[in-house]
Amino acid sequence: MGILDSKVPSGPLAEKWTKHKNDINLVNPANKRNIDIIVVGTGLAGGAAAATLAELGYNVKTFCYQDSPRRAHSIAAQGGINASKNYQGDGDSDYRLFYDTIKGGDYRSREANVYRLAEVSGNIIDQCVAQGVPFAREYGGLLDNRSFGGVLVSRTFYAKGQTGQQLLLGCYAAMNRQINRGKIKAYNRHEMLDLVLVDGKARGIIARNLVTGNIERHAAHAVVLATGGYGNVFFLSTNAMGSNVMAAWRAHRRGAFFANPCFTQIHPTCIPVSGDHQSKLTLMSESLRNDGRIWVPKRLEDAQAIREGKLKPTQLKEEDRDYYLERRYPAFGNLVPRDVASRAAKERCDAGFGVNKTGEAVYLDFEAAIMRYGKEKALTSGLKDPDKDTIRQLGEEVIEAKYGNLFQMYEKIVDQNPYKTPMMIYPAVHYTMGGLWVDYNLQTTVPGCYCAGEANFSDHGANRLGASALMQGLADGYFVLPYTIGDYLADDIRTGPIPTDTPEFEKAENDTRERLQKLMQAGGKHSVDYYHKKLGKIMWNKCGMSRNEKELKEAIQEIAELREDFWKNVKVPGSIDSKNEELEKAGRVADFLELGELFAKDALLRNESCGGHFREEYQTKEGEALRDDKNFKYVAAWEYKGKPSDAVLHKEDLVYENIELKTRSYK
Amino acid sequence: MKLYLKIWRQKDADSKGQMVDYELNGVEGDMSFLEMLDVLNEKLINEDKEPVEFDHDCREGICGACSLMINGEPHGPDRLVTTCQLHMRKFKDGDTIVIEPFRATAFPVIKDLIVDRSSFDRIQQAGGYISVNTSGNTVDANAIPIEKENADDSFYAAACIGCGACVAACKNASAMLFTSAKVSQFALLPQGRVEATERVLNMVRQMDLEGFGNCTNTGACEVECPKGISLENIARMNREYLQASMKG
Repeated sequence: MGILDSKVPSGPLAEKWTKHKNDINLVNPANKRNIDIIVVGTGLAGGAAAATLAELGYNVKTFCYQDSPRRAHSIAAQGGINASKNYQGDGDSDYRLFYDTIKGGDYRSREANVYRLAEVSGNIIDQCVAQGVPFAREYGGLLDNRSFGGVLVSRTFYAKGQTGQQLLLGCYAAMNRQINRGKIKAYNRHEMLDLVLVDGKARGIIARNLVTGNIERHAAHAVVLATGGYGNVFFLSTNAMGSNVMAAWRAHRRGAFFANPCFTQIHPTCIPVSGDHQSKLTLMSESLRNDGRIWVPKRLEDAQAIREGKLKPTQLKEEDRDYYLERRYPAFGNLVPRDVASRAAKERCDAGFGVNKTGEAVYLDFEAAIMRYGKEKALTSGLKDPDKDTIRQLGEEVIEAKYGNLFQMYEKIVDQNPYKTPMMIYPAVHYTMGGLWVDYNLQTTVPGCYCAGEANFSDHGANRLGASALMQGLADGYFVLPYTIGDYLADDIRTGPIPTDTPEFEKAENDTRERLQKLMQAGGKHSVDYYHKKLGKIMWNKCGMSRNEKELKEAIQEIAELREDFWKNVKVPGSIDSKNEELEKAGRVADFLELGELFAKDALLRNESCGGHFREEYQTKEGEALRDDKNFKYVAAWEYKGKPSDAVLHKEDLVYENIELKTRSYK
Repeated sequence: MKLYLKIWRQKDADSKGQMVDYELNGVEGDMSFLEMLDVLNEKLINEDKEPVEFDHDCREGICGACSLMINGEPHGPDRLVTTCQLHMRKFKDGDTIVIEPFRATAFPVIKDLIVDRSSFDRIQQAGGYISVNTSGNTVDANAIPIEKENADDSFYAAACIGCGACVAACKNASAMLFTSAKVSQFALLPQGRVEATERVLNMVRQMDLEGFGNCTNTGACEVECPKGISLENIARMNREYLQASMKG
């Protein structure tokens, strides 16, 4: 076991980033033209980094498995992006955003990184507005804000329920500008299959052209991985179908440490599972908790009658409903952080109060908000004594303006009208706080290999607050990485182009081919999805919303067995040298089968409950998470040693100089 | 329910394709259209046949990857949804469903139901951006107030997901709705006005170079657009183009 150096600069918290920028090496504009950078992944972090690096003068190559950078899964983020602008004058500041994020992450993130994130957050909004991102505005023409969970201010900027889409299209536009200038070369429908190291430094990647099946070598002076999270290890999640851990895992196998793999965010408000055929889950934005109230019936017999279809939720009287979040957490109510809201929903459903056929759903009800907005709208429209129907109609119009696309999505999937009957929701895997370990410069433990956005172990500790993923992705990509990578590249101004005809590239390519062939030539018993679904079940049942020692140990063994079976018996039709989605999926699932075991191992090691990681053995009498700062105030970074069971633990102790460690309370 | 599927199969861009018939049992109303195809593919794999390839990713109607002509309509019979959000409850037992790729000269078939839409990327690269540096030295976001109505209209135009349904629906395979959505988004914002002249000329030039057809105002694109992008955008682009041509 070793100790990791986070390279956090010295000095007062609020001055660290400025001081660091002044201290690090720069590359002059003429030399930047001689330096190549590979960016893998073109979501918010990768797209932003690629655009800014190209604009600074570097030669950038981008890679994405989608047919266009515009389709990266950042596009699906709904609710918004945080920034400490304090436009609402409600007491927000960089410090408060920093504090909320550290507390929201249950004191498992690095102070200096989080402060930097808060510090650059305002600039993101300025930047995006300048790029033509059409954020929501008030009638006076200024930007509008709303609230998200775990905070007491309104600091979230949004574009209806499509904020991620608008921000990603902003990045995509910035990339297009650089593609047009010839500074970015975009390799779409390409997947990174390995990281190539030369003399211990990341110097390129092996990628597969997904249309032709060609295996290609690409060299650069540095490699940036911005490939998103690994929520699909659970099979069912709100991630896109193609979201995967392959790039990060390949880097891990080449020496990049993987940090806190067990820190997963289970989002409280998703559309419940409807059947075995389900391929993915759909999120209903956290912004809905601004106006929706979460409840289940107070009495078990009412819950049962609802499940059997004998009783409708709208027939249940106010006093027969249990608004359990408002009851348990009066200060934050329906806007408690995600981990807290998810566990509370599970607790009620486990106790028998679930409201759909499977018993795994709670209500998210807009009735009160519709009537409240309707009354306000009637007043401002000059309507005297409006009847109930008019108020309702006006209120529904207000709700539609705010969340129209989400309500429509719900109706299409569930076939119920959420304006008339409460939505049914249940927690689902949404985001992974864990990822490749990076230092303050966002460099992994492989020199020259950087990691940004959700793919790194990030700034969110053990739980991410809503609307902070977009903030982190863009902060890393636009404002952090383009500076810090220069410090490393300053040593490369005389290196010249990196050749690809070297033994290192040769070997990496051969390894890749061998692996693909092995997948194609396995026993051919079961499809890739068969294994992926089995893995997902183990993960959800034994490494999901609550975990315990016994089941984690079982999970470790079951995943190892499943992995062995996979390599013996998986069935991949088609050929290597053509478009072959089953082969793409097989490679991804193979890596999930390794990551899954490390995930369980990490969860087993962490004998405490913090954020999204809830160990049943460590809870208070009221069922709240019981953190252990004495023994677990560290980042667990794992070094690859062949098998997940042999992975070696390295620790980064988290030092809190500016915030006092406290038990998180939202009561 | 039981379905009779007629699906376009094509090995690669250079091969000739054909329609192939499949029967599928056990389809449920709660499945999305793509989940129905997942079930078909699982069956094909188990029968040692090659599965049907189609583009898909987010499966929540926003990435724009999924496409498909379903019974002659882009994204199928439902309105304001992408194929991934189309549910099988819109069909009934015994239905025959014809599934083809989006067809246009500028969208060549890659394999089965997958087409190459990189022509859309190239239209965007020709001018679908505001030329500001991304390193952050700009004015405060609230320095320029923007009339809410314009900001909202800009947003509605920007909601385009680039799926190509407009092109597939159009008898001329025109990309006017797609191109005009981006032109409009920026034309409606003060930040975008600065380069408005160049932008519309460059984007339209690229659109023509890619081999898309002209607009003859039939409005099929607006009807089939899963995001409800309005024809008004085409009118706005025509105005912008005319103004720009006179300036230029």
